[in-house]
Amino acid sequence: MIIEAEKLNFSYTKNGRQILRDVSLTLQEGEIMSILGPNGAGKSTLLNLLAVLNQPNSGTIKLCGKDTKKMKPREVASIISYVPQNHTPAFSYTVFDFVLMGRAPKIGMFEKPSSTDFEIVQQVLEDIGIADLADKAYTEISGGERQQATIARALAQEPKAILFDEPTAHLDYGNQLKTLRVIRSLSEKGYAVIITTHNPDHAIMLGGTTGVLDRNGHFETGLSNEIITEEMLNNVYGRTNLKLTYMEDVDRYICVPPNL
Amino acid sequence: MSDNVELDLKNVEKKTSPITWVIMIVLPFVLFFVSLFLGRYMINPSDVAKILIDQIPGVNITPTWETTAETVVLRVRFPRAVMAALVGAGLSMSGAAFQGMFQNPLVSPYVLGVSAGASCGAAFGLLMSWPTWMVQIVAFAFGILAVAITYSMAHLYKTTPILMLVLSGMVVSAFFQAMVSLIKFAADDEDKLPAITFWLMGSIGKVGLDDLAPSAIPMILAMVVLYAIRWRLNVLSMGEREAETLGVNTERVKLVVIITTTLISSLTVSLCGIIGWVGQVIPHFCRMIVGPNHKALIPATIFVGASYIIVIDNLCRLVSITEIPIGILTSVVGAPVFAYLLRKTKGGWA
Repeated sequence: MIIEAEKLNFSYTKNGRQILRDVSLTLQEGEIMSILGPNGAGKSTLLNLLAVLNQPNSGTIKLCGKDTKKMKPREVASIISYVPQNHTPAFSYTVFDFVLMGRAPKIGMFEKPSSTDFEIVQQVLEDIGIADLADKAYTEISGGERQQATIARALAQEPKAILFDEPTAHLDYGNQLKTLRVIRSLSEKGYAVIITTHNPDHAIMLGGTTGVLDRNGHFETGLSNEIITEEMLNNVYGRTNLKLTYMEDVDRYICVPPNL
Repeated sequence: MSDNVELDLKNVEKKTSPITWVIMIVLPFVLFFVSLFLGRYMINPSDVAKILIDQIPGVNITPTWETTAETVVLRVRFPRAVMAALVGAGLSMSGAAFQGMFQNPLVSPYVLGVSAGASCGAAFGLLMSWPTWMVQIVAFAFGILAVAITYSMAHLYKTTPILMLVLSGMVVSAFFQAMVSLIKFAADDEDKLPAITFWLMGSIGKVGLDDLAPSAIPMILAMVVLYAIRWRLNVLSMGEREAETLGVNTERVKLVVIITTTLISSLTVSLCGIIGWVGQVIPHFCRMIVGPNHKALIPATIFVGASYIIVIDNLCRLVSITEIPIGILTSVVGAPVFAYLLRKTKGGWA
């Protein structure tokens, strides 16, 4: 198991709303998990806990069998890469320099990147297909390209698992599909992948498992094609009368909203 | 593939031509030398060179110069030029490091209250008519104290969020500035008020040969540490959260940056008064030349910052009969230069 989380409870403040209640999940090599849930349910919070950016109030998280409480940030970052939502940094680093930052867990506080680090970054850029962007300023490329650069940075970390926080948000249709394909190919290469998404179709398309987080902090997981039902969707998205229809052309179920 | 990599590496590193680097590195040394012979008491450059070479142990040159020249060069101009170089390099580096850490190119090294704290300490010392060395020590201590207060105020749930640091810094600065005003108000306006006012405007001229070592050594040490963590600053400038996901112990890096920059700026303010705008203008200017990567930016700020303050300090002592306080000149020059840089980069931080 790469990620094992057991009975996580979390609230931001002592008497605040309980965001997660007894949340458990496991993830193994090559597995994709899509996390669905309404706005504000705590999907990102759950990712933050798994990336050890926040500590649960109770419960344990093990990465590759090791309790995260006993792990240093560098050790965590050697197992888990985190792909945040699109953002614009204050300084216009080149894409190469940006991706190079993925090597940080391997580089000491008083060190700078070595030629091995440069080679790894170059290889990753070629694998992702953005080697031609290497010298461009990260702030001046398109949103889709930035997404790719961030994924490249995650790969440069040489992790076992990659967490994506709403990877398809702010992307056009074409780039959404492109991103989903990249995510699937990553899992085929053996990375364990977790994404949060607002689009049930994305969970269906990715297959794997789906976790559903509701407003009360309850979390349920199962195979995507079993857990995603009309009833579940209407529970999660508040009695919206969503339809789940089989579409022959694409040979899968699709989620269809009703007329307004 | 390895050929390919090499090519691309060159591309990435090339950005700044070697000639630019050579100019940047040589310039402060040339300016340093120039500032040794320039002045109301003009000394022949070749004599200056001979005086310097004469200092090397084992070398003996028959003097072709007056003893006054030697005194002026070694006891007055040399320590002053060294201090100017250190102050320029130190403040510029600190500014660059803070700007990376705060992800904001407008931040100055004084943002956590060090200058207000040190001013307050100095004003108090001057009010008490303490000897200069005591005033300097109190100023230094108050600079450190102010930042310590800022840091502990910003400390929340075992972390010190950047926003809390900025806000606490504002509060602490405001408090110590009010204390400076109070001290000025209480000071005798014949004698002490002008002393305080002039002290705050800054001068590098107060630094003598004997002050040099005790202040230069800690400054250089702090600069070495900042230099060593320069690549980490890139990662930190992605934002704390993101830096943490990249395995960076952000609290530790922030603390190292705060301690080193505070040491540098507190020493600077306690010895030379408030020298403003350097920490903003120089890093911004350097970003235009070498790009935002701190691996190149930090070294660039050292050389350009040193050159800048050497030039400014020479202007201070040469432009008029009475010396112009350096804080005035750095602001008079700095503000319009910064405005120009702003316009030129159209608010995009290179």
